[in-house]
Amino acid sequence: MSTFAEFLINGVSLGSIYALIALGFVVIFRATEVVNFAHASLLLAGGYVTAVLHDDIGFWPALLAGIAGAAVVGAAVEFLVMRRHRGSDHSVLAIVTIGVDILLATELTRRIGTDILALGDPWGDAVVTVGPVTVAQTRIAALLAAALLITAFLLAFRYTSWGVAMRAAAENQETAALMGIRLGRVSLGAWAVAGGLAAVAALFLTVFPTPGLERATSLAALKAFPAAILGGLDSTTGALVGGLLVGVTESLATGYQGDLAFLGRGIGDLAPYLVMVAVLLIRPAGLFGTKELARV
Amino acid sequence: MSETLARPGLRVRPAAYGGAAAGLVLLALPFYLDRFWLQAGLFAMAAALGAIGINLLTGATGQLSMGHAFFLAVGAYGYCALAGEGTDGLAGLGLPGWLAAVLAVVLAGLAGGVFSPIAGRLHGAYLGIATLALIFIGQHVLFNAHDLTGGYNGRAVPPLSLFGLAFDDTELLVAQVPFGAVEKLWYLGLALLLAGVLFARGVLRGRPGRAMNAIRDHRIAAGVMGIPVARHRAAVFVLSSMYAGLAGVLLALVFQRTVPEYFGMALSLEYLAMIVIGGLGSVAGAVAGGVFVSLLPQLLTRYSDALPLVSAPGTGGIAPGEAARYLYGAAVVAVVLFLPGGLARLAARKPGPSEPPEAPETPTPTEPPGETR
Repeated sequence: MSTFAEFLINGVSLGSIYALIALGFVVIFRATEVVNFAHASLLLAGGYVTAVLHDDIGFWPALLAGIAGAAVVGAAVEFLVMRRHRGSDHSVLAIVTIGVDILLATELTRRIGTDILALGDPWGDAVVTVGPVTVAQTRIAALLAAALLITAFLLAFRYTSWGVAMRAAAENQETAALMGIRLGRVSLGAWAVAGGLAAVAALFLTVFPTPGLERATSLAALKAFPAAILGGLDSTTGALVGGLLVGVTESLATGYQGDLAFLGRGIGDLAPYLVMVAVLLIRPAGLFGTKELARV
Repeated sequence: MSETLARPGLRVRPAAYGGAAAGLVLLALPFYLDRFWLQAGLFAMAAALGAIGINLLTGATGQLSMGHAFFLAVGAYGYCALAGEGTDGLAGLGLPGWLAAVLAVVLAGLAGGVFSPIAGRLHGAYLGIATLALIFIGQHVLFNAHDLTGGYNGRAVPPLSLFGLAFDDTELLVAQVPFGAVEKLWYLGLALLLAGVLFARGVLRGRPGRAMNAIRDHRIAAGVMGIPVARHRAAVFVLSSMYAGLAGVLLALVFQRTVPEYFGMALSLEYLAMIVIGGLGSVAGAVAGGVFVSLLPQLLTRYSDALPLVSAPGTGGIAPGEAARYLYGAAVVAVVLFLPGGLARLAARKPGPSEPPEAPETPTPTEPPGETR
């Protein structure tokens, strides 16, 4: 029972990280209707900046630099590439982000090489023990940080003028533009916020018990895609629920790997995708996604 | 039917002569080129076949697929398992090579068909990410089903034999030139590519092609006009998987060993890059893009000494493979920015004023443009 509780807490913590990534993904989709396949590379960029700087300027400034760096990369992608295409077909824009992803991922994996970079976090491998349950401090920090950021984001989304502009643009771009909302700024902001959230997620994807930032980190980040999709691409609630679902499933599948041996090794990494396929079979628009209505 | 309407018959001639000349050159190449170039050419042919497949699906019908590598893997491993002798603890049915190849393609089609309950329901980004699952499922199976796939180390590919001719390295002297596996496969590859191109062009120019383009441009309107949307989408998915399966078989025969790592997500992205660079929805574009993206790393590797900024792998500089990825990643972005329609549109534009200029801001042409005749 206590191991189950451990798996569950780890899963929720992991899920909250996926939710952070998925949230950024959803924000970009809502503001610009573009699916950002370069998201995993944004995350890698943030993590890389933190990893490189933490020795010289200390962990917290390095983390801030990483967040800022990923936000700048995201904004740069929007400004230099996506903005030139506004009005193009959305599936073509999705493919453009794939091109951007190839560029970014190649550059970052070349820089990282075969190294495993530490991010210099203050938690190390310390654990917290409550009764029979032992959880790594990093997992608790991840959960708290994600909860804090998500709450702050949702509040901002609801109450600030930035959030109102963002939601208006998502509702109807033309009307929003006529109301004086600068769509360019909205999408620039969305990309920057998504980058920043991804950088925070990069930190928690690479701390204990994972060894550190490496090439394969972007594969872990990719699991936020199923999280975003199974919640529904245009729903922030969906991103949270999807993230948690994916995280808990992955954690449980990894934890009980021994009992699931007939499914092969590494089933935990596959679990998010299987859950996604199962959900999409029943609800093609995701759990919370709006069903597409179209006028012909 | 529209061919005679669109262009006068006279204009066909130079293109036909050009095509015939190019064909002759391609047929003569194995007598002159060394193994490296023939192998590179075969990779390009396989990539072109696979790219035609994904272009039918993503380019012509507008169904974004990130799972193409999975179907390539089904083709490659399907061939190995069907043609293998069942030695070394690996499953194998020991079928004759040609039958195994055909069945492997069918198998890839079946795999596409099995996925169609999902593919038929989703569209746009949802479909793209759902097909991403195929890659990971595929990788998981490839690494874990040791009996079938040989696990991490992969398995050797049994050589193909066709009408008593074995496509292996037993040398065969043709006009004083020793023909090994690549030389023989070269002709097989050319024949398959030609058949693949002709078939895909037939599909795109006929009723199914119109229906596919209508589905891409407006799914609901297409349905209202009486096009059985779901059936067409499932059929295109199966067809595209079969093309991928064929490409996989050819790749396996050239590689002579299949390893699971190759069929990862990077491969799927490569195929998407091919069709964007070549031109969405056009067969000629798929071939051009396939050749471009698959030859680029080979060329850079071959000439890495002579090129600035590129250095041999492991020396700290930009390795040829990475340089190639930079180039085609940038090419994807640049093509969509500056050359909507890709290389195929570039080729189609040249002949001049007979074609009305299409509005440059339409990213995907309503008709496959690259079919220069």
